[in-house]
Order: sequence, then structure tokens, then C-alpha cells
Amino acid sequence: MAVITTDNLTKRFPRVTALDHLTVEVQPGVVGLVGANGAGKSTLIKILLGLAPATEGTARVLGLDVATEGGAIRERVGYMPEHDCLPPDVSATEFVVHMARMSGLPATAARERTADILRHVGLYEERYRPIGGYSTGMKQRVKLAQALVHDPQLVLLDEPTNGLDPVGRDDMLELIRRVHREFGISVLVTSHLLGELERTCDHVVVIDGGKLLRSSSTADLTAATSLLAVEVTERQGDASFDVNAALRARLTEAGLTVSPDSGHVLLVELSGDEVYDAIRDAVAELGVGLVRLEQRRHHISEVFAVDAPAQAGANRDDAEEAAHV
Amino acid sequence: MSEHMSGVRAPENPQDVIHDIGYRHYEGPRLSTAYATRSLYTSSLRGAFGLGRSGKSKILPMAMVVIMALPALIMVAVSIYIKSGKLPVDYPNYLTDLQFVTAVFTAAQAPVLLSRDLRFMTVPLYFSRPLRSTDYVRAKYAAMVSAVFILTLLPMLIMWIGSMLGSMDFGYNLKHFAFGVVAAVLYALLYAGLGLLIASATPRRGFGVAAIIALFMVSEGVAGALRGVLHVTGHQASAFWISMLNPGFLIDSTVAWMFGLPLRGPAAVPTTVGGIVFLAEMVLLAVGTYALLIRRYRKI
Repeated sequence: MAVITTDNLTKRFPRVTALDHLTVEVQPGVVGLVGANGAGKSTLIKILLGLAPATEGTARVLGLDVATEGGAIRERVGYMPEHDCLPPDVSATEFVVHMARMSGLPATAARERTADILRHVGLYEERYRPIGGYSTGMKQRVKLAQALVHDPQLVLLDEPTNGLDPVGRDDMLELIRRVHREFGISVLVTSHLLGELERTCDHVVVIDGGKLLRSSSTADLTAATSLLAVEVTERQGDASFDVNAALRARLTEAGLTVSPDSGHVLLVELSGDEVYDAIRDAVAELGVGLVRLEQRRHHISEVFAVDAPAQAGANRDDAEEAAHV
Repeated sequence: MSEHMSGVRAPENPQDVIHDIGYRHYEGPRLSTAYATRSLYTSSLRGAFGLGRSGKSKILPMAMVVIMALPALIMVAVSIYIKSGKLPVDYPNYLTDLQFVTAVFTAAQAPVLLSRDLRFMTVPLYFSRPLRSTDYVRAKYAAMVSAVFILTLLPMLIMWIGSMLGSMDFGYNLKHFAFGVVAAVLYALLYAGLGLLIASATPRRGFGVAAIIALFMVSEGVAGALRGVLHVTGHQASAFWISMLNPGFLIDSTVAWMFGLPLRGPAAVPTTVGGIVFLAEMVLLAVGTYALLIRRYRKI
């Protein structure tokens, strides 16, 4: 059964349309929701929690109608907001116990679940200290813990890696994978970094301007969008030789799709392992040095550039603002 | 002895195994939103007195409780000692005299209940749970009303118990203690409502504290001065209308009117029409602040 289905879901604010006839189906697992800032992600989450009415269309979460069964949905769903939401003067334990009780857990169960879940997200002795002294990574763990403490069937994680350093980011992504793999809880995670979600999610939904751009398994998405960046040296003693043009010609001849990137970098579409061989051969035949050969992590904007060249980014910030009201 | 010689045996009891402490699902009960609302009420009420918080946050509310109760204790002790047979101050009047204590307590603690959640943006976490915004407001409002009621009831209790210990007129003291309790309820409703409404407008605790204290102190100052001037110039009839400007005076006059108590100095008991107007103002303030709070949190 799909955990989330939306049908023609539309949300209009006085000045901006945040969601525009969005029809999408999310299956159990880890699903990424990708969109630039103001693409409508936060608005969608708010509607899914039954906290804001849709202007048009319907949505169901865990088979429950968001318009009429909001309370039942919020009992079964956990939510981790993008922004800070932790009071600094209480300890993680006190805070998560309080939130567990707000979800209807009896006092004893709230304490037990809190101890369990804080251990699972990797908070140990520090959980008795006031949250004010925590690092960003630890705070994100507390935010995740409060979303999981009542053992939901689905968690909505809004930009959980925001503000984290690369190591913290990897830890958080690993934790998100565990939430599904070990805890058996479905995850909807939003991000504006596609590369991040490629590593974490089974399925990725891309929205822009409140419209569905793409909904496909991560494997499909990666295969279709992977690129290799290639950079080579000048040919020694022959500065006038345009090595980039020559390389491009050779690679195109070999049946590859090549486009120039900034500077001396060429982007080659990575359709299979034989692409590496073709590049190696071409570079060797030209007698130049290979400076760079790397797989590119896509920023979401590149997907937009391919899929929706006409989409302009105008008024997106307004939508985001309106969504936070 | 032979048992010990037999060496280590494999555990026979099936419970003697190391449990896998992986993720465990919660199978227990999930209680209603009424339970969550009650929990929020309890934790907010405790928070209003700094209980369950750092030592620092207990100082002010506890100091206010002491300042509120201490004069009553001294008064009772002296009355008993000199065997006066009567308390020098009537129950409701005591609360009027110490209305600044109630004001400071409300100003300091109403923002603790609301501004914190706004400032640290905790509010969305509550509303992502079955709890609705009305439940949240109801719990916070009830907690603040209870806190102010506890603060104002305490000296009433001290005076009443003291009156019994000093074998003072039981009937008179019971009756006037009841008047004091009515006044305490009115203080609780009006002060908590006004305090929370102002606190809900700002995520900055300092602003909230300053605005609430300003409302109570300025209105007391202005009303007191105006009333004094009218009293001195012989406009006693219009002096009592001035009491409408300050919640403390309003309660003082209305309670006096309701129970036929005498008032002191420039304070005046309203006429029947005045009394009804005063009562109406109090109902409007209590209901109005609550309704505005509900509206304030409807759209988050």
C-alpha cells in the first residue's frame, strides 16, 4: 500500500501557487522529495500532516484522508522540521519525554521509549545535559528522536542534513537508512541536494514550482543523469593546439555525448563502464595528460535544466515565505 | 558439594539469554488528546513556578510567592500575639494591596509559558501531534490561571487558618475568606488572560515581561492618580468609573459591590448599574483574551 498519495493537490496563496495539481504516489521505503527552495516541499508536508487545507485535490497518508483524519495521521506520523525547534534550557531526555507524552504515551512508556530512541540515534551521556550546549549534529539527532519516539509508521524529515558538516551529513544519512532498514519505518526526506538523496533513497520525487517534475527509482535517475568531468593538459610545446576541441571530436566519434563545462572541463555522459575506456584511449592517442576524471554529483538545478528549461525561478522565495506563515 | 564440582552448566532457564537490543516497536497504549492536554497543563503549571527547570528560573516565581505570603503571615502572627480578635485587613483588600506582586508574577511567568515555545519554534512540534491548537491554548491558559490562583489563594488561606488559630469570629472569617477566594479567581482569570495574550504576541521574553508589567503598573498608576484627584475634588460619583482602567481596582470594586464590603480611601463601591458594567467588563476581558489566544494560534 502506498504511504502517501496525492491527487491533483493544489495549494494557492494570495500571491503564489505553492502546489500545482500535484499527483504523486509514494511507496514504503526511503523516498526523497527534491526541490529548490520554495518548490513547495514545506507546504506539501504541512498539508500531509493535516495542518493546512488544500485549495484543490486530495491527499491520503497511510490510507487516511488529510482533510478529515488529520488527528489520526499525526498519531501515526513523525515530523522533523527544517528549522531549530529545541529549547536550550532542558536536556534531551526531558524534552523527548515531554514530546512522547504529547503524542499520548503514558509517563513510564514515554521514559522507556525516550531512553531507547536516544540510544538509537546515538546520544548517550550527553542526553542529560541541556540542549543549549549541543553541536548542530547532536541537535539534529534530538530533532529526529522526537519524531521517532512514538514509534510512527512514517516520518517526514524536512532537510535533516541542513547545517551539518560532511561527516555529520554522512552520519545523518546513514541514520535515515537505518530508520527504514532496522526500525521498519517509512521515510519521506526532503533535500535540495539530489546527490545526497541518491545515496540514501530508494525512490526520488522531484518537484519544482509545485509541479511534479519526475518520480522515479533512484537507479533510473542516477543512470539518466550521471556525468563524468574530464580535464586534460595542453599539448606540450604546442600551445596553439585546441586540445579540448580535439578531445571532444574524438569522444563524439566514439559515440559519447559530450558538452563543455566551465573552463577546460568537458562533461561526458556516463552510459556505462566502457565510457572510461573510451576516454582513456582518446586521451592517450592525443598524447596529453589527464588532470581530472571524476563523477559529478548533480545539483538539483541541473535536473531542472534538463527537464524543464522553461521553468523560471521567479517568485519561489515568496512561496517559501508563505509556506512558513 | 558435588553440584559445585560438576562445573559450568549450560543455562537451562530460557530467560537466561542475552536479548538483542535492536529497535523495538511500541505496542503499548496511545492515550487521547485529553491526556496530552493534561500533561501539557501539568508541565506548564510546574513551569510557571520554575519547577522542573533550572534553579535560576525558580528564583523569581518563588520570591513572588514568598512576598505574597509573608505580610499575611506577619499580620496573622501579630494579630494572634496581641489578641486583637480581628485581622487588620479584609481578605479581598489584601489582594488589592499586593496587586503589584500578582502583576510581577504574571509578567515574569506568562512569557515563560508561551514566548519560549515561540522563540525556540517548538510550537510546530506540538501541532505535528494529535494535539490541536485549541488544546494547546486551553492547557496553557488553564495552567496560568491555576498558577495565579495558587499565588493569590495562598495568603487567603494563611489569613483564614490564622483566624481560626487565633479563635477569631469563625462565621465572619469564613464568609470573608470566601469573598477573598472569589477575588483570587477573578485575579487569576484577568491577570492570566491579559498576560498570556501579550506574551503570545512576541517570541522575545524580555519584551513580553516589559509589556505586561507596563500594562498593570501604568494602569494602576494612572487609575490611582485620577481616582485620587476626583476624590479630593469631590467627584466621588465619577471616581469609581476610573476603577475600570486597572484590573486590580476593577476586581476590588466589583467584589466590594457584590458582597457589600466597605472600601478604603478614594476607592468607591459602584452603583448597581456600575456593578453590572464592571462585571460585564471582567467577563469580556476573561472571555475576550481567551478567544483572542485561540485565534492567535489557529494559524501557525
